[in-house]
Amino acid sequence: MALLEVQDLRVSFDTPDGTVRAVRGLSFSVDRGQTLAVVGESGSGKSVATQTITGLTRGAQISGTAYFEGTDLISADAATLRRLRGAEIGMIFQDPLSSLHPHYRIGWQIVEMIQAHDHEISKRAARRRAADLLTLVGIPRAAERIDDYPHQFSGGMRQRVMIAMAMALDPALLIADEPTTALDVTVQAQVLNVMRRLQEEFGTAIILITHDLGVVAEMSDEVIVMYAGAMMERAPRRDIFYRNHHPYTQGLLASLPAQSGKRLTPIAGSPPSLINLPKGCPFAARCPHVFDRCRVETPPATDVQGDPRHQSACWLDHNVTEAVAS
Amino acid sequence: MLVFLIRRIGHGILVLWLITLAVFGLFFVAPSNVAQSLAGRQATPETIALVKHRLGLDLPIWRQYLNFIENAAHGNLGFDYYHQVPVTTIIGQALPVTVSLALGAAVLWLLLGVFNGVISAVHPRSLADRGLTLFSLFFYSFPSFLLGLLLLYFLYFRLTLAGFEWFPAGGYTGITQELGSWVQHLILPWLALALLLAATYTRLTRGSMLDVLGEDYIRTARSKGIRESRVVVRHGLRSALTPVVTQFGIDLGQLVGGVVVIESVFSLPGLGKTAVTAINQQDLPVIIGIVLFASAAVVVANILVDIVYAVLDPRVRLH
Repeated sequence: MALLEVQDLRVSFDTPDGTVRAVRGLSFSVDRGQTLAVVGESGSGKSVATQTITGLTRGAQISGTAYFEGTDLISADAATLRRLRGAEIGMIFQDPLSSLHPHYRIGWQIVEMIQAHDHEISKRAARRRAADLLTLVGIPRAAERIDDYPHQFSGGMRQRVMIAMAMALDPALLIADEPTTALDVTVQAQVLNVMRRLQEEFGTAIILITHDLGVVAEMSDEVIVMYAGAMMERAPRRDIFYRNHHPYTQGLLASLPAQSGKRLTPIAGSPPSLINLPKGCPFAARCPHVFDRCRVETPPATDVQGDPRHQSACWLDHNVTEAVAS
Repeated sequence: MLVFLIRRIGHGILVLWLITLAVFGLFFVAPSNVAQSLAGRQATPETIALVKHRLGLDLPIWRQYLNFIENAAHGNLGFDYYHQVPVTTIIGQALPVTVSLALGAAVLWLLLGVFNGVISAVHPRSLADRGLTLFSLFFYSFPSFLLGLLLLYFLYFRLTLAGFEWFPAGGYTGITQELGSWVQHLILPWLALALLLAATYTRLTRGSMLDVLGEDYIRTARSKGIRESRVVVRHGLRSALTPVVTQFGIDLGQLVGGVVVIESVFSLPGLGKTAVTAINQQDLPVIIGIVLFASAAVVVANILVDIVYAVLDPRVRLH
């Protein structure tokens, strides 16, 4: 059984302009020790989906189920979610400067997390644990730096601190929401390395939210491509890059700078409004292969070339795939 | 930090010196007839000259000023013109009243303002938030002397007429004499001073908290699985307090003005009322003494606020 199994997740927000349907029927699952990458543009609902699962979305209408080790996170009460957050599900976020509290020492922030879940542990032991974690994520002289404030660290080091904190209680699942977006390219690779090393050591499952296909290629086992709050394509990593089916996935890959020197092809237009979604496929207005049916009926996600691990929500022939980036 | 403190104290002394100059200057620019009123209406010019000489008013202004500064440096602020009581004694008698009034009110408005602000921010647009907003706007639009008079009218006059002698009309009992009576005498003045400021602080805290609660590090705190009350207080309020502390520093200074009015309304024998009396009598040493003392209090309060700043926000300590 999968570690996390999400079925038909729907999240919408009431705003003065109308109801924003941020996530529209998302289903996926993550196994232990596996990395699932969720890819999509800003506003495609990838962050909302994961924050809803952990109970961090406020003021939303939510439906669907998300079974995590036998508990449905969607119907669970606040206390249950609070016990799971941090202990079983660790989280790291995009901007490591604004994600750490500027007024508290990093050691204090890690100890606070440990003590929130482990009521037995002494402060001294929790501190030692925090120092060990900081060493583990590659912070030099961790025993001294544990009493420094976040602003005394560089961006990459701060993200390492965030990772150390998220991994402090050896969670089964780590949700990394754009963990490298705010970092320099060289530092990105280091931070990804730290995550991968910890994953191997602890067997943690990772949900990696990103819009960077380079990160996807580096890290993931399986990939979900999201657009306008829904899943467009889901496939093992190699298939996303070499045997993809959905025109949106192809558009994403074509807008990636490749070493071959080919000109970038951006996807024309912009994503639809999540308040007044057009009928049919949400990508129809920007799709180069659009035909009449796309504007009338929304395509369901179905298997590509008979492979249940590879699904695409598109009306195009599911026996034809295209390799764009190779 | 130490260099910073020394610099701030240096600034403070400079400010105090400028204030002595200003008060001295103002006093001698304005027409004065202290000697005349002391000597009496029918006094001969000789008597007036004698009085002037005794008070040192016949000396050139710069000489008087130097004398004053020299004495002040030795902790002697001079004697009042009318009763020859040391100004330090007068201040010493009035000070406990003003400190009781000011500190009590400050505690009251801080507690009320911050508590209400946090409640409003945690449940924005709720009934509690709307109610507290109404409360704030209501008291925000009240001048404190009017509020003081209204409190007196309803809670003293009306209640006493109805047979409930809960609140006295005014006056003061020392805290060391009887604690209950001290509170009883001060509760209306406290309210008159504090409610207006509590309203300001409610709005300030609410806005500041709403900003902070939207910060990424609050999401991080929630993602750690700590209790929501801890998220709000330890993580949220801690950051939201910075602008509140700034405002508190400014208001402590402004409080001197408010205290003058409230002490007059409630006939509290504090610094404000003493200053008003001294101004009416043109009693220069007392005026200068009180102004100087009040200024020193403001300067010290601001230095304290800066220290609190550094304690609250580690990023400030570096500069």
